[in-house]
Amino acid sequence: MKQLLKNTLLVAASLWSVATLAAGPTVPLDKAEVDMHDKASMQRGAQLFMNYCLGCHSMQYQRYNRTFKDLEIPEDLGIENLQFTGEKVGDLITNAMATEDAGNWFGTAAPDLTLVARVRGADWIYTYLRSFYVDETRPFGVNNTVFPNVGMPHVLQELQGVPRKTTEAKLIDGEMKDVYVGIKTDGSGMLTEAEYDQAMLDLTNFLVYTGEPMMLQQRKIGWYVFGFLLVFLVFAVLLKREFFRDVK
Amino acid sequence: MNKLIAWFDERIPMTKTWNIHLAQYPAPKNFNFWYIFGVLATLVLVNQILTGVWLTMNYVPSAEGAFASVEFIMRDIEYGWLLRYMHSTGASAFFVVVYLHMFRGMMYGSYQKPRELLWVFGMLIFLVLMAEAFMGYLLPWGQMSYWGAQVIISLFGAIPFVGDDLTLWIRGDYVISGATLNRFFALHVIALPLVLVILVFLHIIALHEVGSNNPEGISIKKPKGSVPESEKPKFQFHERFTKKYDIVDAFPFFPYYIVKDLVGVAIFLFFFCYVIFFAPAMGGLFLEPPNFEAANPLKTPAHIAPVWYFTPFYAILRAVPDKLLGVILMFGAIVALFVLPWLDRGKVRSVRYRSGFHKFNLTVFAISFIALGYLGLKPATEVYTFFARVFTFLYFAFFVLLFFYSKNENTKPVPERITK
Repeated sequence: MKQLLKNTLLVAASLWSVATLAAGPTVPLDKAEVDMHDKASMQRGAQLFMNYCLGCHSMQYQRYNRTFKDLEIPEDLGIENLQFTGEKVGDLITNAMATEDAGNWFGTAAPDLTLVARVRGADWIYTYLRSFYVDETRPFGVNNTVFPNVGMPHVLQELQGVPRKTTEAKLIDGEMKDVYVGIKTDGSGMLTEAEYDQAMLDLTNFLVYTGEPMMLQQRKIGWYVFGFLLVFLVFAVLLKREFFRDVK
Repeated sequence: MNKLIAWFDERIPMTKTWNIHLAQYPAPKNFNFWYIFGVLATLVLVNQILTGVWLTMNYVPSAEGAFASVEFIMRDIEYGWLLRYMHSTGASAFFVVVYLHMFRGMMYGSYQKPRELLWVFGMLIFLVLMAEAFMGYLLPWGQMSYWGAQVIISLFGAIPFVGDDLTLWIRGDYVISGATLNRFFALHVIALPLVLVILVFLHIIALHEVGSNNPEGISIKKPKGSVPESEKPKFQFHERFTKKYDIVDAFPFFPYYIVKDLVGVAIFLFFFCYVIFFAPAMGGLFLEPPNFEAANPLKTPAHIAPVWYFTPFYAILRAVPDKLLGVILMFGAIVALFVLPWLDRGKVRSVRYRSGFHKFNLTVFAISFIALGYLGLKPATEVYTFFARVFTFLYFAFFVLLFFYSKNENTKPVPERITK
């Protein structure tokens, strides 16, 4: 009987807690230290997105004014500095590039990025943004270790500089082989390596926010609900005891 | 107030129904942890219906509008995210409690005579619930919605002769399209919930006709006049139950089990609300990551897995090299549960008094079910497929073995009365 109970508890445990199922990536991903409370980081991320990404990628499920409100950006400042396409502040964040043009120019439509963090995960985005490297065989001269043969150019090259794959000679099975160790830039970008990493974390932070803009409200309400349930549980236990005195 | 009640009672059996099903319904006094899941299933059903109604108010059932309307609900509707997460979490919670509820029935022999029909109604509920969940999962119109439905509907294509026409008829198109979405929406919000509620009603009516089983698996109904007054419970039960029998070791469902279940409900809600507020995707189990990308008929996801509650059956399907045989075996896994009351020829209900081998067999069954559920989530590699075959074999072995040993099983003596 004990054994049975143990086994069945296992059912419950495994049902509630089996880890994520997405097919594993080929390269190890760097951990993105996402912080939903770091509004400054998310604001910088929004700035990067509007300046570098929105040209091709839309954010069609998210609204400007909601973004400004959640990221604590005064609306007039937001309209002036982050809104480029002549839309109203209550509009969804769409871009000007037509899907057909995208197909002609890049071979594929640029995906909408509203929910990319929920599809790919923060770590993937953070690593992807830092994994472009020079590859002359590709149409735009760059490739990506996380997303091989990606269709887009390295839009952030002016920030990062020219990134190259670095390899190290290592002895493997009695032969010297070049092993990929990472990506190094030539330092021609506007940002240092550390600054670039921080900028990409900001951008990741922003995309995590747009994936689940309800998250902050959700967590806050969650604690109140737990508080209520605790009180409810206490009263339920007391009520049960009171009634079961008859039965004993 | 009393006048008002009397007015109603003259016109509809209000007080009588209340008494028969709640205030004077004799429930065995030894219900344990496992007896909470019926109430929880009812609670989740109500949750699904209520949140579903409100979601329907803003959901757009069309291939062009469905995905965007879900995001509209999540972002632009006040507390829309809460309704959506309650509904999506409720779907998984429904299966958690239903699986545990079914396993309770298996442990304590609640399907045995005279509760066969009760069990069959329960299995019908399970079947309709699976259809309901499957159709509901298409509605967000994400990648996994689309491709999961594609895989499952194509299973019907394995049926000889009529297969292709049948899949065409189900989809209403040559591929899954807006036509499929619209009919699934109609079935999900009207037809199946209606059937579900009727079946739940029948399930409860059947339960209250034969009476609740209990962890000891013994009857609380004794022959009329066989129990001395001093041993009878001090509660009044409805004459419907006491006319033919003396009821022992029981108390009324209301208020006693209602207040006891409130404690269980509170504990359940802690888990439920944890998921809703802190982990709505449940690490990709309840809401799969690819489903946050709108359905794209031209782009197949790398790895298509159904939601966790279907994976035990999906693993059985994949374990068989032949598609038709796989489909047969998968449905066979459910059919076997349907006929369980007739496969088990034992006279002793509770696992407490059954043979050691039965305990072992049931444990292996539980482990197989969980293992298959896990394997169904994984890609079908050689090793995983091998294990899926082993556990598929063990899953069916439970029923076959049970049929043979239950006839002359070496059981322990069963007590006369509930003593705990």
